[in-house]
Amino acid sequence: MRLSLISVVIAIALQLVACGDVYNNPYTSVSDDKIIYYSHFQEPPKHLDPAISYASDESLFISQIYEPPLGYHFLKRPYVLKTMAASEVPEITPLNADMEKVEEGSDQIAFTRFTIRIEPELRYQPHPAFAKKSDGSPLYIFENAASSENFKVIADFPETSSRLVHANDFIYQIKRLADPKNKSPMLGFMAQYIVGMREFSQQLGKIERNGWVNLDNHDMEGLEVIDDNTYSILINGSYPQFTYWLALHFFAPVPPEVDQFFHNPGFKEKNLTLDWYPVGTGAFMMTKNDPNSQIVLERNPNFRLEYYPKEGEEGDRELGYLEDAGKQIPFVDKAIFSLEKELLPMWTKFLQGYYDRSGEGHSNTHKFFDQAFVIGPNGLEMSEEMKSHDLTVTTESKPGTHYYGFNMLDPVLGGYTEERRKLRQALSIAFNIEDEIDIFHKGTSLPAHSPIPPGIPGYLEGEEGINPYVYDWVDGAPKRKPIEHAKKLLAEAGYPNGREAKTGKPLTIYLDVQARATTPDKQDWQRQQFEKLGVQLEFRSTDWNRFREKLLTGNTQIYTHGWLADYPDPENFLFLLYSPESPLICKCDGANNSNYANDEYDALFEKMRVMEPSPEREAIVAQMLDILRRDAVWMTGYHPLDNYLNNPWLFNAKRHGISKTFLKYVRVDSELRRQKRADWNQPVIWPVVTLGIFVILLFIPAVRAYRRRQNMTIH
Amino acid sequence: MFAYIVRRLIYAIPILIGVNLLTFVLFFVVNSPEDMARSQLGEKYVTAEAIENWKKENGYDKPLFFNESNKGLSSVTETIFYTKSVRLFMLDFGQSESGRDITADVAQRMWPSLALALPTFAIGIWTNICVALLVVMFRGTALDRGAVVLFVGLMSISYLFYIIGGQYLIAKMWRLVPISGFDASIHAWKFLILPIVIGVISGIGAGARWYRTLFLEVSHQDYIRTARSKGLSEITILFKHVLPNALIPILTGVVVVIPLLFMGSLVMESFFGIPGLGSYMLDSIERQDFAVVRSMVFIGSILYIIGLILTDISYTWADPRVRLN
Repeated sequence: MRLSLISVVIAIALQLVACGDVYNNPYTSVSDDKIIYYSHFQEPPKHLDPAISYASDESLFISQIYEPPLGYHFLKRPYVLKTMAASEVPEITPLNADMEKVEEGSDQIAFTRFTIRIEPELRYQPHPAFAKKSDGSPLYIFENAASSENFKVIADFPETSSRLVHANDFIYQIKRLADPKNKSPMLGFMAQYIVGMREFSQQLGKIERNGWVNLDNHDMEGLEVIDDNTYSILINGSYPQFTYWLALHFFAPVPPEVDQFFHNPGFKEKNLTLDWYPVGTGAFMMTKNDPNSQIVLERNPNFRLEYYPKEGEEGDRELGYLEDAGKQIPFVDKAIFSLEKELLPMWTKFLQGYYDRSGEGHSNTHKFFDQAFVIGPNGLEMSEEMKSHDLTVTTESKPGTHYYGFNMLDPVLGGYTEERRKLRQALSIAFNIEDEIDIFHKGTSLPAHSPIPPGIPGYLEGEEGINPYVYDWVDGAPKRKPIEHAKKLLAEAGYPNGREAKTGKPLTIYLDVQARATTPDKQDWQRQQFEKLGVQLEFRSTDWNRFREKLLTGNTQIYTHGWLADYPDPENFLFLLYSPESPLICKCDGANNSNYANDEYDALFEKMRVMEPSPEREAIVAQMLDILRRDAVWMTGYHPLDNYLNNPWLFNAKRHGISKTFLKYVRVDSELRRQKRADWNQPVIWPVVTLGIFVILLFIPAVRAYRRRQNMTIH
Repeated sequence: MFAYIVRRLIYAIPILIGVNLLTFVLFFVVNSPEDMARSQLGEKYVTAEAIENWKKENGYDKPLFFNESNKGLSSVTETIFYTKSVRLFMLDFGQSESGRDITADVAQRMWPSLALALPTFAIGIWTNICVALLVVMFRGTALDRGAVVLFVGLMSISYLFYIIGGQYLIAKMWRLVPISGFDASIHAWKFLILPIVIGVISGIGAGARWYRTLFLEVSHQDYIRTARSKGLSEITILFKHVLPNALIPILTGVVVVIPLLFMGSLVMESFFGIPGLGSYMLDSIERQDFAVVRSMVFIGSILYIIGLILTDISYTWADPRVRLN
């Protein structure tokens, strides 16, 4: 019996091995006839409505679906705007208070009109909202919830249609931003600029609602439809950065009939909303939205003719990014994104070939850094295991800055006297951010010499770009000033050897951090930095809500924070220290958490922000950076660099720091992927067979003992 | 029995009010409506006007418990606590803070939770009982002592270790199943087999050790000795005499959790990417989505009360001497 059982187990095992198939393929119902891009997301999107969504995890999807008037060139760096839904660059007309045209840069500018012409052949994806009855009225408009009870998801609607995009659709979407019912995060900010937005919002807030409100029946002052393909937006004063906002999904077209469709009675209760089922003109459309498991995008059959860029930045050709130059895009038919909250499954599936790259919104290689990279003689190198997979690396320099800021209102560290400046400069020198980058970020960040990161106008390489109060330029590289210099500055500030000169009490400084953003080993290291000066460091770590409350009330001494740009302009970084942005001044969630207030800086900022890019503007930016460095408003900081790994069958995987519109550019070699997956995922059967045999062997003495016991007789 | 059940259901009302009150207080001790607004609106360019608008649209522009600006009953009814709680008792869960219908979400996500929790529970109970009975059969031997040591060892290992170890060994190294994911079709078994195996193995230590204790106590009773002296086989004695007589304490621990299986597993669902109610709850806590947290706690409380009533009823089935009065 024992032999026969073992032979059965071995026979089954041999059968399994003989199959040669893989058992761990997580894509169970996917056909091979389409070119598919496989990836993942870490956070389920909360919103997919272009009026509401404002998170990078969400833009991963809606950037492939919605097309605002402008977009970014996929390859060129520094970041360059290009037309997307617009047929040409918007015409910008400065106007005086009488709405007469004036010269650019004139001090009479009271308004600016942006006139936008859209692509005449721009067409929406197929959608039931466009389906019509024979009399031309919408097919799927229901009187009550009962009449639509059979329709639970978009796929339940058998009829779909499409139409060309009208200029009014862009206007309609801007009105949606203003509608208080939509709770758009852009409303408060844009109402400062777009003429009539605040009044329009207040007007909508007062109307009685019973179902859909057609915003076309309500006029908004600053918006005008000029013809079917042209519209204009009037903004207050001069705000050149508004052009960049036109590259965000908030300004993508939304047709009124789609808005009406999703306001059908009973639809919201079934989660049939525009927030869940986006409708756009982009290269892809969402065909499955189960954000708790999988989101599927498929090629939009109505997408216009578009071609892969023929130009890029220096080195793109060598990296293979121009191999598809001039070819029609998109290259993939479908993209499957799976929810992957935990890193181990994500990383495992990537190495098994079930994900085409290691991250989308977040570079997940950091957590598996030791496995993925080693520090070699030439710096960062891919580990042997990764090399054996023929992986490629894409490095992304994010247009962002993480920083340690001083609260300028703090009675110990704040203020603008020479002593306080020296105190802050001394601490800046002592805090060795290069070590932090090496130890805690594994070398993958750049020390910040100013708030402006690489790739943004105003960032300077070389000696002219360093912070001269913290670094010296030695042998062609920045070198941190010696600690003796910091001690000297500290003594001049009234704290010789880290003790208050008058009382002899040790100087104790408090660092406010989010509890989730720090660790005991990092805190030990941070303490050591200040101990070099004899200064004591204490931590006040709290949850995010309390941390934010401290920032809003100015109740910090040193704090850590970060900023990721919305658009590639120095204004989007320098406003972080503009005094009206102080939460205590604006009584809002202002971005100037240091509460820095310098009249000279503010005046330069106000001048710079309304200027078009020019050498004169760059000179003003340089002047502003000098002021910030002298005042040592931020102790130190770094610009993050992320490394993403790509499987060998993925091409055109260049990362863009701002735009997430990438899917139409990537190309996949499906055949190579199929081969590699088969090679990498052959199951290992022998442990299961061994375990089975072991269990059987274990049972044999048990059965024998049981039988012996059953047959036992009492003598 | 009917009167007993009705009485228990009436007792449930103050319990549910208390649970709801406690959830409300605990949530708003660490979150304010402004925090919730910021969480939904994002971190950038948030104006005071936008926050006020969000609060108004979501019904958080009222005082928490007492509205001083109103008089009479409306000073209580025109509050966040009242407006948000009263709908719960009508089982109208409303919408999440991000605008999704909670009832629809719960109805969609309960199936993956049940697909994981039910087999894990059923196989786990049966495995624990069988293992415990097997050990009891060899009571007093080296096998018994070795098994107890093994059980204590299994109990001492963290649940997370089982999950990560299982994923690493079975899915990553041996490549026998997908490491995570879910499929609502017939292929679901492919994704469920690993979490079920891990769930069952991780529960053996505590479950089998507890059942062994119960079975040992019964196995020393006179009626077991009588059964043995009648010449019944050991299998018959264990399954027909020991197990039924040890059922009451087993039912106490088991029946109460049956309704709660619907709520899923917070950790298991998160690690294995199973889109159930456990991960729904976890996501909602992270997003400060009070509407979902409150609804899920309320549903959990109702299910727990149902579980307790079912436990009492099951006593009458397991032991005919028990009467519910």
